[in-house]
This record gives sequence, structure tokens and C-alpha cells, in this order.
Amino acid sequence: MIWETFRLAVQAIFRNAMRSVLTVLGIVIGVAAVIAMLTLGQGSSSQVTADVEKLGTNVLMLMQGGGDQRGPGSSTVARAFTLKDVDAIIDQIGSVETAAPYAQSTTTGVYGAESTSTSIVGTDNRYLEVVDWPIVMGRSFLSSEERSGKPVCILGETVRQNLFGNTNPIGEMIRLKSLTCEVVGLLEAKGASSFGSDQDDVISLPVKTFQRRIMGNNDISMIFISVLDGQSTERAMVEIEALMRERRRISESENDDFRIMDMKQIASLLTGITNILTGLLSAVAAVSLLVGGIGIMNIMLVSVTERTREIGIRLAVGAQANQVLMQFLVEAIVLSMIGGFVGIVLGLALAAVGANLMMIPFVPSLVVVAGAFLFSAAVGVIFGYFPARRAAKLDPIEALRHQ
Amino acid sequence: MSPKTALIEFRNIAKIYGHGEGEVRALDGVDLKIEAGEFVAIMGPSGSGKSTAMNLIGCLDSPTSGDYLFNGVHVASLNHDQRALLRRNYLGFVFQGYNLLARTSALDNVELPLIYKGVARVERRQTALEALAKVDLQGREHHDPSELSGGQQQRVAIARALVGKPDVILADEPTGNVDTKMSREIMEVLKALNEEDGMTIVMVTHEEDMAEYAQRLIYMVDGKVERDGNPVRGDSRR
Repeated sequence: MIWETFRLAVQAIFRNAMRSVLTVLGIVIGVAAVIAMLTLGQGSSSQVTADVEKLGTNVLMLMQGGGDQRGPGSSTVARAFTLKDVDAIIDQIGSVETAAPYAQSTTTGVYGAESTSTSIVGTDNRYLEVVDWPIVMGRSFLSSEERSGKPVCILGETVRQNLFGNTNPIGEMIRLKSLTCEVVGLLEAKGASSFGSDQDDVISLPVKTFQRRIMGNNDISMIFISVLDGQSTERAMVEIEALMRERRRISESENDDFRIMDMKQIASLLTGITNILTGLLSAVAAVSLLVGGIGIMNIMLVSVTERTREIGIRLAVGAQANQVLMQFLVEAIVLSMIGGFVGIVLGLALAAVGANLMMIPFVPSLVVVAGAFLFSAAVGVIFGYFPARRAAKLDPIEALRHQ
Repeated sequence: MSPKTALIEFRNIAKIYGHGEGEVRALDGVDLKIEAGEFVAIMGPSGSGKSTAMNLIGCLDSPTSGDYLFNGVHVASLNHDQRALLRRNYLGFVFQGYNLLARTSALDNVELPLIYKGVARVERRQTALEALAKVDLQGREHHDPSELSGGQQQRVAIARALVGKPDVILADEPTGNVDTKMSREIMEVLKALNEEDGMTIVMVTHEEDMAEYAQRLIYMVDGKVERDGNPVRGDSRR
């Protein structure tokens, strides 16, 4: 009997193919949107996790600016760090493997007739070590170049493409503002960061060159620190905080004007943002599912009115009220499950394309797919029940008289 | 219980629509007995209550007062689903307007009662094909109603009514929409069902020619049985 009911439902759906397509469109769009959002969200979360793993969980970042402002009035003016801070961290904290300065700005790089706006970073070889970023062509900075601030630079892959195309950049001179510097190396391509920005759009200079020739000051905005294997990052963070408070002469009653984050915190920060965005967009998508459900209810109500005579015939030949109810209910459920299925396929396809464009991994989740499918079936039950009950309650005589 | 329980028995049945001034007595104290194996025609002017009587016999409607016994069972004591079961197992309907499912083949239409009876697919198909053969519609099994003539459609409806091997076939003006030649075909089919298969047939008609196929004529006026007897020519005239 269940099989027969199902067969009848499928027959009725295909008898009115055009109308059925329009009916399920709402469900299709809703499910596709939810699936695409959640799948992309999971992809970007897993990208963040992968990035952090690549960077190593033993990497700490020391940044200027208070970590947690406690209300107005607590003065947390952002003071920059200096190269001496970097040396002090390496010398005085036993568990620190190494530390690297990091100062950043944006400018235009020019080579011949080509120019590109890019990010320039003042740092040294230790940075490339800490973040594990190999050089694929040429060499890293020489220690003499770092010490005396020679005009040399290492390019990211995107900058190389923009300025040099197919020619070999090593040994060529490029211009950054008034500074002419020699290209000595090329960094391995890294792709997009967790935020979607291009990490390869960068020119790296020795930090002293950067400070003197580009910025004209001795500031460092960030320090990258790697902790020795087997040492506690938490303890290192506490020790670094104490050292920096001392060096920056922060009194007991004042808050930190800097903050230290390990990669776990950064990862949770990033995934937190991603999750909020995913949640919001999914909520919007879920509303369209609801609208789709109401669409199904509308069409089913129209269908019940249209098929009043048919219902009368079925009642006359001995159909019980429940069997009529089931027929219409199953029809609504089958409709919305077809919509759900098409929506899942469409949503996954959209997510695959989107993941490709955003350069994040495509992570289809069985839970999300199963959930969407069950949800669309539930939409069918909820919004199909009312019209089905109306059909089952029809008076056979009235129904047979209906034109 | 008496040995001769009538198949259909009306005891002082009334059906009243509306209240007070606008009250309409569609049936006004009808007593009636129909035995198994009879072929009964019900005639009467419009508004005489013959269609109301048919709906009551078919358990599609309930009387305002009085008792309706089907095979000795008080129908008033049955709930909606039990009445549906009674229709399913003991009654077959033939309507004036055929009432076939549109865009559904003759075979599928005839199978419909068997689906609700829970008959397995293969057996269902076989039984439905036999029923269509009985009404001379071999070769038309896969035609939609729209591809069949009125007489053919009504024969599909008769096949649908008889496919569940009911005790009674209720025909409400079965020849009302077809010409004389087709009417005769339809009546021959009903007559054969009565004589060869022993089915009880109750038919409402307003054509005396058709009533003559029956063994018994009930003539109704104003919700009452005015005459009940043999439909011999002349005798049935008022």
C-alpha cells in the first residue's frame, strides 16, 4: 500500500510536470543556498586549520596594541617595538628558538615599464625560517646585507609575475619609491591566506633597509617568535609578556599595550569569524527554505481543490480518509524531497566552483547533506499536512458533485 | 434473526435538509426492502428523493431519522472508515457522469478499487483485464477516458464497479449522458451481471425504456414510495 501511495504520488507529480517544477523551485534554491554556504564555510575553516598547521603551533606573534581594553580611559597607545626587543626576547627567554622582526607597508614596485602596487615587508632571514617559507630561486639575505641595510630584496611569486613575466628576475634592479634595489631571491608560491588575501603579493627587504630607506624610522610592528620543540608555548607567552612589560615600563596598575597570540588563538579567531558569517548566511538561506515550504502548501491546496472530484471518486470506491490523507501527504513529501535532492546537487556544484575561485578546499559534509535532505522532507510533512487533511475531510457527495 | 434477512432494508427513513420554514423533506418515512439478486429501478420526478435514497444506500450519506440495515447491519452504528470498508467490499458505483479519473488509462481506472482493497499487483491487473473483457472493452485497456465514447466510458465505469465483486451495483442514471443505442448496450451489460453473476442492481433512471430491463420498479414522489411493483409496459405509468 505504501508503495502504491508512492507510485500514485509520483504519477500525480509527473502529470503536472510544469507546475511541479515551479513548486519545488523554492526548495531547490533554499537547499542549494544552505548547502553551498555551509560547505564553503567548512572549507574555509579547514583552510585556516591547515594554514596554522603549516605554520606550526609553536609560533607566537607579538603585536602592538592592547589585547583587552578594560573600558574607556585605560590608555593603551600603540607603541612600536624595536630591534632591541627582538634581541632581548632571543637572549632572555630560554624556551625561545628564534625571533624575527616584521614591519610592513604598501608601495609601488617598478621595473622598466612595468609597475605593481604591493606589500613590502622589512624583516630578516629568521622570519622565513619561523614561518617556514622556502626560497625557490636565488638566495636569502647575506648577514652583511642585513647588518648594514643593503638595498636587496626577495620577491613573492605574484610580484615576479607582474613585474617580470617570463624573464629571470635574479640580479635585476627594481625601484621602490626612491630606493633602487637588487632582486636576490624568489619565494615559493603560497596562495591565498585564510582571509583570502594573496600572500605572494609581497616584496621582502632587510629590516634595516626598510626602516632607513622606506619608512625613515626604527619601528617594528610585529615580532614573530618560534618556541623550541617540547617547550610550553603558554609558559613562553607568560615570560615574554613579563619581559615586554618590564622593557616598556608598564606599571602594575596599567594594562598591556601589546598582545601575544599563539596560532591556536589566531586560528580560533579566524574560524570564529568564518562561523559567524556562515551562520548568518545560512539563516538567510533557511528563510528561503521556509518560503519554499509555503509555496508547496499553496500548490497542494490548489491541487486539492482542483482534484476534489477525484477525491470523491476515490472515497466512493472505498478509500478511507487516512488513505486520501496519505496520498496527498506523500505527494508533498516526494515533491519536497525531489527539491531537496536537486538542491543538494546544485548546492554542492556551486560550493565546488566557489571553493575553486576562493582557493579554499572543497569539503562536502555528509552531515550537512543528510541534514538538508531530512529538513526538506520535514518541510513536505509540515506544509503538506494541512492540504492533505483538507482533502481527507471532504464529504464524498459534495466532492462528486464538484465540477 | 429471520432466515430471510433483506440485503437492503429501509425502516421509516427520513432525510431532512434545512430547518424550520425552509425545511426540505427529501425522504419522508420510506420503508423498503431489496433482496439479494434483485434488479430494481427507481423512478420519479426530480426532487422526489431518488438520488437521496441512492446516496443513503451507498453509505455516502446518513439519514436524519429511521434505520438503514445493510445485510442486517445497522449502518448508523458504523464509523466513517467502516463505511468506507463497506463501500469497498460490498458496493459498486456507476454514475451518470462516469466519474473516471482523467488522464488515467481505462485499466488503471478499473484497478483503483483493488488498490484500496490491497490486492497484489499481478492479480489486480488480471482481475481488471477480466472486468474490462466482461464489458466488451478488450483492446481499449490503455486508452484514456478522453479517447473513448460516452458508452465506452460508462462501460469502463461499470467494469470499475464490478471488479471488486460487490454484492450490489448502484447505478445513478447510468444512461443519462448517452444515446439510445449505447444505452441499450449498457443496460444489456447490467442485465447480464444480474442474471449471470447474481449481482443485485439498484438503478435510478428517468427513462421508462431503461426501467423495463429491471424486474421491479419503485416509483417515488415527494420523498415517498408511491408505487412498488412490476415494470410492465403501462403498469408503470401513473
